[in-house]
Amino acid sequence: MKILLSIFFALVTVSVACAKPTLTVYAPDYFTSEWGPGPKIKQEFEKICDCDLLYISGDLMPRLMIEGKRTKADVVIGLNTDVTFKARKLGIFEAHKQDTSSLSIPIKWNDKVFLPFDWSHTAFIYDNTKLKNPPQSFDELLNSKDDIKIIIQDPRTSISGLALVLWVKSIYGSKSEEAFTKLASKVLTVTKGWSESYGMFTQGEADMVLSYTTSPAYHIIAENDKSKSAAIFSEGHYFFTELAAMTNSSKEPELAKEFMSFILSETFQKMIPTGNWSFPSNLERDKLPDEFINLPMPQKVLFYTEEDAQKYRDIVIQEWLTAFQK
Amino acid sequence: MANSFSKIRSTFFGGVLVVSFLVVITVGTLIAVVCRIEGFSGLTWNEWTAIRFTFFQSFVSAAISVLLAIPVSRAFFRQDFIGRNILITLLGAPFILPVIVAILGLILVFGSKGILSQLMGFSAFSIYGVHGVILAHVFFNLPLATRLLLQGWNSISSEQFRLGQSLSFSPLNFFMHLELPMLCRVVPGVFLIIFLICTTSFAVALTLGGGPKATTVELAIYQAFRFDFNLSRVAILSIIQLLMCGLIAVLSIWIAFPAHYEGGLDRVRPIATTGKILDFIFIACAAIFLILPLAMILIRGSGSLFLLPQSVMFSALRSILVSLVATGLATVMTLYLASLIVYYSKAFEIFGYLPIAASPLVLGTGLYIIFYNFIDPGKIALPSAIVINAIMCIPFSLRIITPAFKDLENSFGRLADSLNLIGWSRFRWLIWPRLKGPIGFSAGLSAALSMGDLGVIVLFSNPNHSTLPMEIYRLMTAYRMDDAFGAALLLLVLSISLFWIFDKGGRKNAIT
Repeated sequence: MKILLSIFFALVTVSVACAKPTLTVYAPDYFTSEWGPGPKIKQEFEKICDCDLLYISGDLMPRLMIEGKRTKADVVIGLNTDVTFKARKLGIFEAHKQDTSSLSIPIKWNDKVFLPFDWSHTAFIYDNTKLKNPPQSFDELLNSKDDIKIIIQDPRTSISGLALVLWVKSIYGSKSEEAFTKLASKVLTVTKGWSESYGMFTQGEADMVLSYTTSPAYHIIAENDKSKSAAIFSEGHYFFTELAAMTNSSKEPELAKEFMSFILSETFQKMIPTGNWSFPSNLERDKLPDEFINLPMPQKVLFYTEEDAQKYRDIVIQEWLTAFQK
Repeated sequence: MANSFSKIRSTFFGGVLVVSFLVVITVGTLIAVVCRIEGFSGLTWNEWTAIRFTFFQSFVSAAISVLLAIPVSRAFFRQDFIGRNILITLLGAPFILPVIVAILGLILVFGSKGILSQLMGFSAFSIYGVHGVILAHVFFNLPLATRLLLQGWNSISSEQFRLGQSLSFSPLNFFMHLELPMLCRVVPGVFLIIFLICTTSFAVALTLGGGPKATTVELAIYQAFRFDFNLSRVAILSIIQLLMCGLIAVLSIWIAFPAHYEGGLDRVRPIATTGKILDFIFIACAAIFLILPLAMILIRGSGSLFLLPQSVMFSALRSILVSLVATGLATVMTLYLASLIVYYSKAFEIFGYLPIAASPLVLGTGLYIIFYNFIDPGKIALPSAIVINAIMCIPFSLRIITPAFKDLENSFGRLADSLNLIGWSRFRWLIWPRLKGPIGFSAGLSAALSMGDLGVIVLFSNPNHSTLPMEIYRLMTAYRMDDAFGAALLLLVLSISLFWIFDKGGRKNAIT
């Protein structure tokens, strides 16, 4: 028992004492993992800031909601527009004071608090060696006679699942419930999160999976596998962007500000495509890797502001539930 | 027992300490969550549906697992063959797999492109639906039920079988007089524990249930927590989950018959001569059903197992450390709790089941609310994983250790009392030698379970202190499915090895 206790306390008291100031960044787990963009970003930022960057990873929103104004975060990275309404209401964020007039994202960005660092669209990914004639539009998918089976994520538990139901709402408006009913007959199953879905898809379990327009880039660049494509729909695709913000309770406001401008710097932006497998928010198109330049992209971008997303989400999740429980 | 107090004074205080710890961690965290509530409201229709579905699928899954486990465990008990022990160890594996790996393994076998539909050629069969949920839960829990029941069969001493033989018992006589009483005693507890496990499942239920029709209460809790951050819903739903589990717990402890067997001289049991073919059919079916998905993971993961990045290896070491410390903690706590149950009252058993009835999410949130003011949660990521894993193992360990403990006190308690064998010497000379087997088995199970669990780490994660299951998820979110399967295979191998070492260690020179 004594040994157990001493191990326990040894683990508890491992703490770092250092002279440099520390910038605390809250980020999702995938972001800070060895295979995410986090470690490289930390490395590059520490080269210029003479500070320590400390990531705290995990579920962002629940953590911020529990901590409120007492949060220890200086910067929060990895929120998206479908949840920022609630985050903003916490009153813990400070204006980022960056120039967002010339961002390389497909919509205009005026938000003074949340700063986009990457973007993509929700899309269905398919295996082009197996599915020769993918649907060209959402309508075609819903009404197709072919036996196409899709795996999607649950909008109640997954951010990409929520983006899907908002995508449907933005296309079909008041007729969204009917669209969900049609979609339900195409859906093989619904998973808790993106990983389960995508894992099942790559095992060949389904014809299509809900993911992002940038997903094929991973397979092309990292695996030299050109068989995965995103089905591009003529109605347009739902815009998905990830955001960063600095807190007003920060003890290192200058560092936090420096990090916000670092986010828009070329060093940071160039790490995004192959680090996060998405488009950077502030990089000229010709500086992207070729594989990203050549990705098929939708003509039209659909997007709900955070107010609209907040207004619709409960309604549209209920519609989705009703249709899928029939 | 009037004289029991002096017999185990130290265990009484230890036991009470364990009980209070369990109450604080499970009910205390719930209270911490309730304190943050701003307002209450009634249940929605969706939540009622979720409650109904949870109850239904847990009940059916537990019933089927137990019903199937009876002939399978009986077959294992009656027959001896080469590889029997290895097979028994392997059969424990599904139970300890991380959820995501188990889902993928099941789908590789039963899915629409799985080997089953390829072999049989009937693509019309679909795993997705209520039957899929039940299939998956039986896959997870049949092995556990089998092991627990096997322990029950083993508790019937060989002398009783010999006595039966000398009285020319027919198989029916054997069943009515020896086996049925044992089943009446053991089955309610096994049913209970599987029911409880099934109530808190949600990723499996959702994925194999084919969508929101298969929404469980735990999913509703997760949604309320992560998406709506509505703590009052979290609290209401977890109270409902606790009540539902409590109801079943009280019922099953009340139903369980107090059967008692006279102790024997630990002679080798006679090998059955009748019904051999039937026994082997049951063993073969169970083995195929349980081992196929594991074999698929083996095939899928073996390509990248040896190419795994170094960091995955470090996380594996970390997982082993977490698992070993958690196992030690769980075993000590279980022994204290079990002696409380044996020497004082079986009502204490309820406390042992609190950890599975409590939602891991509520546990994690409660701890976070309590601790974030004092300490950086990232720094206590591993210690909290250890403590929570240890607590989560207690219900299983208790189920394994308590019945054997009771038997041994019934058989040898009076002798030990008359010899004034109390305190540490009672443990050293009576309890330890005779409980080594169950303790080894429960420690093995705890070690394997703590290797695979990640439920609690959501809020307490630390990017530099990841455990192996976390690495598997991270590899998957980074699109690296091959590496993820390799890491999953590593986890599987490590878990089974730990399980095997403890289980084997317990049986070595063990009296029972």
